[in-house]
Amino acid sequence: MADGILVKQLNAWFGALHVLRDIDLTIAPGAVTAIIGPSGCGKSTFIRCLNRMHEVVPEARAQGQVLLNGEDLYGPRVDPVQVRRRVGMVFQKPNPFPTMSVFDNVAAGLRLDGVRNHALLDEAVEHALHQAALWGEVKDVLGKSGASLSGGQQQRLCIARALAVRPEVLLMDEPCSALDPIATAKIEELIVQLKKALTIVIVTHNMQQAARVSEATAFFLLGELVEFDKTTRIFTNPSDRRTEDYITGRFG
Amino acid sequence: MRRLAHSTRVTGGWGDHLFRLLIRAAALILLVIVLGLVIVMIRAAFPSIRAFGWSFLFTSRWDPVAEKFGALPLIYGTIVSSVLALLIAVPLGIGAAVYLSEVAPPWISPPISFLIELLAAVPSVVYGLWGIFILAPWLRTQVQPALGATLGFLPLFQGPPYGVGMLAAGLILAIMVVPFIIAVSREVLLAVPNAQREAALALGATRWETTRLAVLRYARSGLMGAVLLGLGRSLGETMAVTMVIGNRPEISASLFAPGYTMASMIANEFAEATSDLYLSALIEVGLLLFVVTVIVNALARLLVWSVGGAVKAVRE
Amino acid sequence: MKARVRRGINAVMEWLTAMSALVVVLPLILILVFLVYQGASALNLDFFIHLPKPVGEPGGGMANAIVGTLILIGLASCLGLPLGILGGVYLAESRDRRLPWVIRFLADVLNGVPSIVIGIFAYTVVVLPLRRFSALAGGFALAVIMLPIVLRTTEELVRLVPASLREAALALGIPEWKVILRVVLPTARAGIITGVMVSIARIAGETAPLLFTAFGNRFWHQGLLQPIAALPLQIFAYAIAPYDDWHRQAWAGALVLIVMIFSSSLIARIVTKGRYSGVR
Repeated sequence: MADGILVKQLNAWFGALHVLRDIDLTIAPGAVTAIIGPSGCGKSTFIRCLNRMHEVVPEARAQGQVLLNGEDLYGPRVDPVQVRRRVGMVFQKPNPFPTMSVFDNVAAGLRLDGVRNHALLDEAVEHALHQAALWGEVKDVLGKSGASLSGGQQQRLCIARALAVRPEVLLMDEPCSALDPIATAKIEELIVQLKKALTIVIVTHNMQQAARVSEATAFFLLGELVEFDKTTRIFTNPSDRRTEDYITGRFG
Repeated sequence: MRRLAHSTRVTGGWGDHLFRLLIRAAALILLVIVLGLVIVMIRAAFPSIRAFGWSFLFTSRWDPVAEKFGALPLIYGTIVSSVLALLIAVPLGIGAAVYLSEVAPPWISPPISFLIELLAAVPSVVYGLWGIFILAPWLRTQVQPALGATLGFLPLFQGPPYGVGMLAAGLILAIMVVPFIIAVSREVLLAVPNAQREAALALGATRWETTRLAVLRYARSGLMGAVLLGLGRSLGETMAVTMVIGNRPEISASLFAPGYTMASMIANEFAEATSDLYLSALIEVGLLLFVVTVIVNALARLLVWSVGGAVKAVRE
Repeated sequence: MKARVRRGINAVMEWLTAMSALVVVLPLILILVFLVYQGASALNLDFFIHLPKPVGEPGGGMANAIVGTLILIGLASCLGLPLGILGGVYLAESRDRRLPWVIRFLADVLNGVPSIVIGIFAYTVVVLPLRRFSALAGGFALAVIMLPIVLRTTEELVRLVPASLREAALALGIPEWKVILRVVLPTARAGIITGVMVSIARIAGETAPLLFTAFGNRFWHQGLLQPIAALPLQIFAYAIAPYDDWHRQAWAGALVLIVMIFSSSLIARIVTKGRYSGVR
């Protein structure tokens, strides 16, 4: 069973700019949690803090606790590289490695771990591509460049690449914003399938998407967590006025 | 848009026309220069081409008195000194470029890049001066005896330590092309999209693994271009090499021995070429150098363009 | 275990890249240090105001070579700058596709041609017809070297001028050529000056193309149709001569040359204000 994430007093900065303030949040295991809010509200920064990707930007830093299965990802002896093995990530724009084949893209993470056994790699790649609902489309072109696929396929390739190292959590940063509606529908279907095996956190600017795929939704505004509740409740009966204004389209 | 064009024609008709002609003519002059260069060189080299044919490329006798000219030792010296330079400069240059663009803390990169840019502007003759008075004596007294004692069983490191020679030429060329290779490589590396780095980092790659997996692979054709641009430079580099290579048209297996390059032969003998055939032979050497560098540079540009974004750095 | 190994490899590789940066920067710094150390000790007022002394007599200077280099730069600029700037405007403004592409490509080709080959070209088209080495031939060779640099820099900077600005002026009924001369070029001025300074920095130190064009001269310049002294030529001649006194003067000359070149690079950099770009 996947693990949940407990976020305590998380703060983040870009240089002197304070972009996340005192976030407290509990992300349920084996479910989809959606993060919504207007652009610039800190939602991307927030999920990048969950696998310590925030700090790879120069001058960016984060403070607080992020407990995965009880272990603090910001603990003093924690290696961020190890954190990212356990918490995978999919980005806004598909970013497969263009110099690698489809197969090598998916195998990249395992090879970093020193897996050289062909049978093992073949099996893991096939499994990840099945999980990403891409196997049927690419099983005959595994040797072609990852960049030769369509946009939607590339994004699912990136999902497969992240899944291949068997993370406990998958973070998705507006994974459909660069895709057409059909490709978007496929990814959403996939998300619903995947939550059986992992914990998913998805940032989206598309409220219908949040409503369709997630169990819980967090609304961020200006670096603060305004409201966090069951998705159905957020969209039908939010307790905060600002949430209501946002989901009814009065701003943002 | 069409109306706009029309109205300008009414007010400034012939002025615009004249101006267009003027700037077009200015641009065409460059075409004339390049074509002129090619035609003039081929014509001037023709007597030598006719007299020696292909043997010019494959024989090693360079004898102005007997008017027998074979450029093989020059070709050999040019290639060996440049290859030696690249063997040293490429790993160091790309390593340094990786350090500046991927590894170094943000405050360290700009001043070092600035220093390297300045050093790329140091003229060849100044490197040569340093080569004669600092590098060559150091090679003669320290490096070559040490190399001879330890690796002397290799033909590469045999013979008397003169200081000046192929080794000195290769080293000075390496020092000269390194700033250039770093500058172009750095631009190429900076053109790699950050999304590629993030993809690798998010997979749990260390910084080096990210560089290897996402950055170097992505940039490899651009880096190849940087190397070729460096090669183009070192093949045609004249003054510094002339000052330290020893200027003897001989082929020797030892890097300690003096040699000669095409460019330094022209530099040394052109003004003193007494007969027409002698001059023509020297111009043929120049023509050869021209053809080789044009091919190398054209290849390099294609490669660097393929990465994109680095076009600016390729200007030189 | 595995993670430790990977961390170790990472540390080793990062260290190696840092070392290569260090190893690369070290000889370069050494060159500068020697240059300043050796050059400064040989520099004095005489160096700037006297002609070279004949062999054996100590003292003397390179005044004629400094002046000669300035004359050569001026000559090259007179030939190369107008052509380069106008040609650059053509590349940026032309609506043709083929010819600008060809010119651009040839400019890049010309930029990669070894300067000694340009020297041969200048020799055959200027020195041979005039039957003598001359300042004119040297200036011509340097102009050919600076032309592609100025051309491409101007093109790039004219392109950066916003189209809205140009259209605003055109909409006032001003003819296009006036718009370009009065609006576009002044807007791109800072960048074009940078290009000019960079190209001057480049040709100031060129030696090879002057060997058999400008040729060098032990005396003050005697008109554009006579051989002329140049600082890089003088440095070369003194460096390979067997006299200690000349070696010292060569170092002094190199220091003066470097100061000239660095100051034009610095001006270029100050004019563009912290805009980092690759070496040109």
